[in-house]
Amino acid sequence: MPELNEFLIVGAVLFCISAAGIFLNRKNLLIILMCIELMLLSVNMNFIAFSYFNADLAGQVFVFFILTVAAAESAIGLAILIILFRNKYSINVDDIDTMKG
Amino acid sequence: MIKITFYLFSLILIFAASRVITIKNPVHAALFLVLAFFSSAAIWLILQAEFLAMVLILVYVGAVMVLFLFVLMMLNVNFDTLREGFVRHLPLAAFVGAVILLEMVLVVGTWHHALPTEVATGSNTAALGSVLYTEYVYPFEIAAAILLVAMIAAIALTMRPHTRSKYQKPEQQVRVRREDRIRIIKD
Repeated sequence: MPELNEFLIVGAVLFCISAAGIFLNRKNLLIILMCIELMLLSVNMNFIAFSYFNADLAGQVFVFFILTVAAAESAIGLAILIILFRNKYSINVDDIDTMKG
Repeated sequence: MIKITFYLFSLILIFAASRVITIKNPVHAALFLVLAFFSSAAIWLILQAEFLAMVLILVYVGAVMVLFLFVLMMLNVNFDTLREGFVRHLPLAAFVGAVILLEMVLVVGTWHHALPTEVATGSNTAALGSVLYTEYVYPFEIAAAILLVAMIAAIALTMRPHTRSKYQKPEQQVRVRREDRIRIIKD
């Protein structure tokens, strides 16, 4: 059986890849959403690893709720993306500057 | 043997994740994300979280990624212009990612956690269900409410005002008068 820190390192690598992906693809809204999904996956990996090594089911219950919220997030995110595309004909982050942020 | 399986699936997972962020075609990126979900489900199986691994495949690969692909193919986007600045941001992204990774590995790399003394026996799904419906029943119901709100929000956001659809307006039908409908052209 691999040790706990090996699972944690896999989670850390996944998290860093997705953080770098948000920097790299900062124009493409869809890829940013995918990177957020990957980030949530890496967090879930840590939860499940700790749940196994501490023999405590609370971690898995938490992952269950994270999966719920992530599904809701991606559904609403994609809905917003669609209406954005309908109004602006673009999913470029640079075009979304109506509020001058 | 378990170790070899773990390393194999970790490598596939990391490879798939790095392809997700570097590949040109977003459809291929979504497919690599599916691969990443599959290999992490395998790692969760090693960690004896069978129920969550199956949920990950069913919900994520079956629903969320299909939704992603559906949106990707529905939108007619020129993805080449969206890749401008990829090379320019590459050093910064690599630097930030490497620094975060270095910090995390420094922190967790030296840990030595004892293996669990009691190995879970029996069904993981049954164990999860027995705490989910007793101890965590209120969070469970809140999660259900969140899903309902998300569903209503997604429909409400994307529903277009009807332009071509023909349907009856009862209030106008009731309000109609004789003068509105017939015109006497000759006495």
